[in-house]
Amino acid sequence: MKIGLTSVFVDDQQHARQFYTEVLGFRIKHDIPFGEDSWLTVVSPEDPDGTELLLEPAGHPAVKPYRDALMEDGIPLAQFQVTDVASEHARLTGLGVQFTQGPTDIGTAVIAVCDDTCGNLIQLVAPVQS
Amino acid sequence: MADIYRALADETRRLLMDELAAGEGKTLFELCGALTMGHGLTMSRQAISQHLTVLEDAGLITTQRRGRSKFHYFTPAPLAEIQQRWPNERTPS
Repeated sequence: MKIGLTSVFVDDQQHARQFYTEVLGFRIKHDIPFGEDSWLTVVSPEDPDGTELLLEPAGHPAVKPYRDALMEDGIPLAQFQVTDVASEHARLTGLGVQFTQGPTDIGTAVIAVCDDTCGNLIQLVAPVQS
Repeated sequence: MADIYRALADETRRLLMDELAAGEGKTLFELCGALTMGHGLTMSRQAISQHLTVLEDAGLITTQRRGRSKFHYFTPAPLAEIQQRWPNERTPS
């Protein structure tokens, strides 16, 4: 068994498509009309056949209170791995991305937490080479 | 308002104050990470949240929203009460 696809809820798929590709740097893998929405997935250009991330519409009424509570406490909903958190923090800050937690060394990794402007906090993580 | 002496009478709350005194405002998530990874405490998020409430009731921290997240800030002003009550210099009687 392996994880082929995971998902985050997004407020607006069109905006999410732009943020996840132009700002974060992912690539669209699937964009298939599905009722009023799309089956919209992205992959990393470093691993185009790897795990897909589904940008799923946040329309279900349970989603808003769930995500608002996590957002209030600063809890990220997904983790993306990068090679260097400090340089990614600098790059994204330059593009106007807001961070709720700057680069932090937690011993086994360096992490940071940013707002994906789609209703989620995202943790960036770079494992420390031992 | 809870008195500051009770708020200070707990090592976890003192560590939370250390973490907040050291830097910028922090979310509950960041504080939980700091206590777990930095100080080896294994404590639930709810327990840490309750400790933060005690500190906030005593006026030792304040919370502020930035965007949709809540940040905690150290506010040392109530500690002056200790200094005023027992000044460093002995007053001549």
